[in-house]
Amino acid sequence: MSEPTGVIHDIGYQRYTGPRLGRRQVFGALYLHGVRTTFGLGRSAKAKIFPWLVVGIVFTFAATLTAIRAQIGEMILTYAQFADNMSWLVIFFVAVAAPELVSRDLRSGVLPLYFSRPLPRADYPLAKLLALVTALWMLLGAPQLVMFLGGAFTADGMREVWDELLDLLPALLYAGLWAVVFASVGLLVASLTGKRAFAAGGIVAVFLMTTPIVGTLSILPSTAVNQLAGLASPSTLVQGVGIWALRDLLVTDPDAGLSGLGPFGPVYALAAVALVAGCVTLLLARYRKVAAR
Amino acid sequence: MTLIATESLTKVYGGGVTALSDLTVAVEPGIVGLVGANGAGKSTLIKLLLGLLAPTRGRVRVLGLDPTTDPAAVRTRVGYMPEHDCLPPDLSGAELVTHLGRMSGLPRTVARERASEALRHVGLHEERHRPVGGYSTGMKQRVKLAQALVHDPDLLLLDEPTNGLDPAGRDAMLALVHRIGTEFGISVLVCSHLLGEVERICDTLVAIDGGRLLRADHIAAMTSATDVLAVEVSEGTDALAARLAALDLPVGREGRLLLVPLADQGTYDLILGAVAELDLPLHRLDQRRHRVAELFARREGSHV
Repeated sequence: MSEPTGVIHDIGYQRYTGPRLGRRQVFGALYLHGVRTTFGLGRSAKAKIFPWLVVGIVFTFAATLTAIRAQIGEMILTYAQFADNMSWLVIFFVAVAAPELVSRDLRSGVLPLYFSRPLPRADYPLAKLLALVTALWMLLGAPQLVMFLGGAFTADGMREVWDELLDLLPALLYAGLWAVVFASVGLLVASLTGKRAFAAGGIVAVFLMTTPIVGTLSILPSTAVNQLAGLASPSTLVQGVGIWALRDLLVTDPDAGLSGLGPFGPVYALAAVALVAGCVTLLLARYRKVAAR
Repeated sequence: MTLIATESLTKVYGGGVTALSDLTVAVEPGIVGLVGANGAGKSTLIKLLLGLLAPTRGRVRVLGLDPTTDPAAVRTRVGYMPEHDCLPPDLSGAELVTHLGRMSGLPRTVARERASEALRHVGLHEERHRPVGGYSTGMKQRVKLAQALVHDPDLLLLDEPTNGLDPAGRDAMLALVHRIGTEFGISVLVCSHLLGEVERICDTLVAIDGGRLLRADHIAAMTSATDVLAVEVSEGTDALAARLAALDLPVGREGRLLLVPLADQGTYDLILGAVAELDLPLHRLDQRRHRVAELFARREGSHV
């Protein structure tokens, strides 16, 4: 008869003497956790449905555009226009992802557990913001990469591929602008309430309810007001900056609605910067208050 | 080394509410009980210790570090268990504690290992993979304790750890806290408004009231030589009192109870012998520590 060889010992509590990571790595961990959360990774199956539905739609759209282009040899949408056309989906994506990122933590009261840990107070909202920006940028940028690859494989020679790339890169920056503006506005709204439904409604309201204001302003009998109308809504603000910065890539149809910015292009750019800066400032102030509670 | 030291620590909130006033206290490592009524300033003190609030006046040091100037260094070595519900219901206990371990600076694999260990130490085994939303209050309190323990702190700040627990759950939680303080080698600050609860497990007791220090001392100094035996008989209380007095025992009366100072184990025998001789129905005979509450009550009374 053999003696039992494996014996389980209760070795009691073990002190930890290994490395403790610094602020940068902790921020990175929180950021990656946030990116995963926006796509429902590491979450329940229910939380995955909506993000992946949106991802599916944008990629199907990009694949269709690529296929059409390969067939008839004509580009229906430029890379930059792709981002514009996807803006509605982005709004809904933000309305789901931003509350998922911040409202859930507010509601469950888990924040004291974060703020009693070494990471500085501002790191929590900034990591979440960066995560949402990344998710949105990937959502808008990755399909453009698919379109680019499709275009590159059907191109004749390196010259055309290079031209294609020169079209793509500004469009990716433009997608980044969409991501930054939508993420900062969306996250600020979501951070105001612990109720996810309210947060989602608030985000949709901010983005969609401001559109009629733009519509009204753009038909007032004053050219300057018409040209500045786009400032009233985040979506048209971003489009305005895009039209000003990369005109040819965005406006292929000279009769397009919002192409008339007049001399106010830089105003749009400044307004976008101010909007993002304002939202981030308010977001940090909001979390200063939350942390002290 | 001094565990926690404050020097005329004062915190006045924006609205002019004074939560702590001129609190000077120094406690040694061990299990420290912080008692006071609701609103006495316990939670404010904890937030000051964590560096979440800045003191209005005075100085505070935790583990020799200043949380107002270097909160990150303090928080690396401190674990905090809040009073209120703080667990996201859709995460499992293991996921949550792992994530929070990473937030404390543990590498990924270490965080996972230590999370399982911490959950095992607080008594959660297979349940740790279920969503927290389905946990009982007792299990939730254990997860809250595990997340404070995951990064191996040198000091645990527990804000009302027995909140919402039934008597058995309270005993289990207190036993766990006692074990952490004695076997794990981690100092613990336990906040409670129930004096009788913390006095059972702590070495040092700090009592605050209205933001002021009532008393801070070793528990031994507060309760020494105060053990009493309480005897209750259904009838013949007077006869028993006379009998015990005849045996040279200084008997005191408190309602239907007879209180006899416990000199040594022989006291039990004397009392039991007396009860048996008189053939009285003995209702109870138990050892009562002199409640620290009485000390505070007396002290407060003498101030008035």
